[in-house]
Amino acid sequence: MSATLVIKDLHVSVEGKEILRGLNLEINKGETHAIMGPNGSGKSTLANTLMGHPTYEVTEGEIWFKGQTIIELSPDERSRLGLFLAFQYPSAIPGVSVASFLRTAVNARYPQPDPASNGNGQLKGMSMREFRRLLKEKMEMLKMDPSFARRYLNDGFSGGEKKRMEVLQMAMLRPEIAILDETDSGLDIDAVRVVSEGVNQLAGPDLGVLVITHYQRILNYIKPEHVHILVNGKIVMSGGPELALELEEKGYDWIKEAQVGSSK
Amino acid sequence: MPDNITLGVDLDTYKYGFRDEEKYVFKARKGLDHEIVDQISWMKGEPDWMRALRHEALDIFFSKPTPTWGGDLSKLDYDDIYYYIKPVEEQGRSWDDVPDEIKRTFDRLGVPEAERNFLAGSGAQYESEAVYHSLKEEWERQGVIFVDSDTGLREHPDVYSEFFGTVVPATDNKYAAMNTAVWSGGSFVYVPPGVKVTLPLQAYFRINAQNVGQFERTLIIIDEGAEANYVEGCTAPIYSTDSLHSGVIEIIVKKGARFRYTTIQNWSKNVYNLVTQRALAYENAVMEWVDGNLGSRLTMKYPSVYMMGRGARAEILSIAFANAGQHQDAGAKAIHAAPYTSSSITSKSISKSGGRAGYRGLVKVYEGAYGAKSNVVCDALLLDEHSRSDTYPVMEIDQEDVSISHEATVSKVSDEQLFYLQSRGISEEQAMMMIVNGFIEPIVKELPMEYAVEMNRLIQLEMEGSVG
Repeated sequence: MSATLVIKDLHVSVEGKEILRGLNLEINKGETHAIMGPNGSGKSTLANTLMGHPTYEVTEGEIWFKGQTIIELSPDERSRLGLFLAFQYPSAIPGVSVASFLRTAVNARYPQPDPASNGNGQLKGMSMREFRRLLKEKMEMLKMDPSFARRYLNDGFSGGEKKRMEVLQMAMLRPEIAILDETDSGLDIDAVRVVSEGVNQLAGPDLGVLVITHYQRILNYIKPEHVHILVNGKIVMSGGPELALELEEKGYDWIKEAQVGSSK
Repeated sequence: MPDNITLGVDLDTYKYGFRDEEKYVFKARKGLDHEIVDQISWMKGEPDWMRALRHEALDIFFSKPTPTWGGDLSKLDYDDIYYYIKPVEEQGRSWDDVPDEIKRTFDRLGVPEAERNFLAGSGAQYESEAVYHSLKEEWERQGVIFVDSDTGLREHPDVYSEFFGTVVPATDNKYAAMNTAVWSGGSFVYVPPGVKVTLPLQAYFRINAQNVGQFERTLIIIDEGAEANYVEGCTAPIYSTDSLHSGVIEIIVKKGARFRYTTIQNWSKNVYNLVTQRALAYENAVMEWVDGNLGSRLTMKYPSVYMMGRGARAEILSIAFANAGQHQDAGAKAIHAAPYTSSSITSKSISKSGGRAGYRGLVKVYEGAYGAKSNVVCDALLLDEHSRSDTYPVMEIDQEDVSISHEATVSKVSDEQLFYLQSRGISEEQAMMMIVNGFIEPIVKELPMEYAVEMNRLIQLEMEGSVG
């Protein structure tokens, strides 16, 4: 059986400029992978492309998720299939409370009534009581103050609060593959630890995690079994956790030089 | 149109576009002249002074040019409009007395629900005449008066001769003059000193005949230390020829009193909605306008508060939604005419499919109004490239040591926001709706629950088809 997420020879362009140039990767549920790369290597492009951002154009290659090709699917369809992206820069939605946003997102996962039917369009979904119970449980797990639920989504949130909010969404939506895009950026070490602990609590046999990061620091808390190094839109090296440490010690230049050397 | 329309898909599409067959006791001919004014006044059996005032106002109307600022009024043909229609002979006192056909109209608008939920007194205007009016008994015991304007004039002539036209005189503008000449319907509210009315006073009205102008005239007096809320909602059916709505609302909030006037208006897309609404707030009084403008072809409406006494406060919240072919020229005026007065204006506009929404505001601080404070925030949200938003804030400050701030933002629904919400499984259409709802939430949360629900429903209808 093929892996949960399969990326084959992926080429992606942004405004006509090719960023990803033939990327291959497979991730299964229960696995934790890390992609590391220097600035401009295509890390965020990969994250956004997997989630279906309209600016990123797939020019070649394939993305399969749970046995289905997803390149033609909209971001919301991908999400409902079980894909999740924790954003590097989550958007603020003023006036929309965390609770009402989460309720809409959770209910979007339930089968919706046929719009052509003569019903009054009442959304199906989790009962209010069940939703509240779930939200309380997950917020407690992430050590979030209950007042968080009433705040407007990411509006005036600190960097650490935004990232915790991303993890809360992940906890509520229970994806099968979660991509964490530079989740550690802009956070102090305590915040990195809190967020990582949250992710670790969600980890298990039903969740595959892809951590995308520039620095090795977050990998002290979220421990990947597989580390891949992305340079110039391609994975140039894969290995175990020791690769991240080696990278931390030697920097990216070592890889780049090795690359230049090998391509000669 | 057949009588057997049932609620269903068609009505969901044009939710408030249905109409009943017209049934009138009296309908004046089209056009506006002294003869029509005489007819209206005669039909109503008014005192001579009111008839004289109407004639005087008509001359003022004729003498003033049609405004060329704001929106395009050049296509408005004053001679092609009925200025008076009387649908039923008698005032309904209780729900049972209201004719079935009119009840059906209210049914479709959801009025009885509002009624059942929390009101026993409701002034509802059907065509140019109030047909239904009841008043909760305890209010009557408290001395609160809440009747239609005709009854108000008939039963409280002393109050009318003292206050009518003092807040908005016929000379104020062309449409205030028109309204004074042909007014009919509207509400009269009086709350005696110290009385606190806890449940909102509500009035529903709508236009139902082609080319009918509605010229409601409302007079509200909140006596010293009293408190009340007035809520008016209206939804109009869709017609092909131009209609005119030109109301005048006069409010007096006396010393230490507190009043809020809430309106949600959803006129059909061909209506010219030209309204003058103004309040006088005396010493330590608080006046609040909460104003939602949807629909209409052109709305020109600038709720004003004249702060006449020390420590008076004004709060004006408004939402405007301009869809294709619509122009919402909305705004607010805060006039500081006494020391230590304060005003706060929050305006939110949404433009879609080429619609145009604007904020036109005036903050005026007269000499001697020291210690005045004013805070204006106007935010515009554009849903696409073709829509337009304008801001015309005017400040006239004739006094030192005052604190005035103005903040304006124009934003577009960003691709990043949509992508973010969609990445959580929320469809593009729902995501757009969520962003719009969030944008207006600071104002919607001020509305009574059922009006907040209606507001959201109306905006949802406006949003249909916003996602290709």
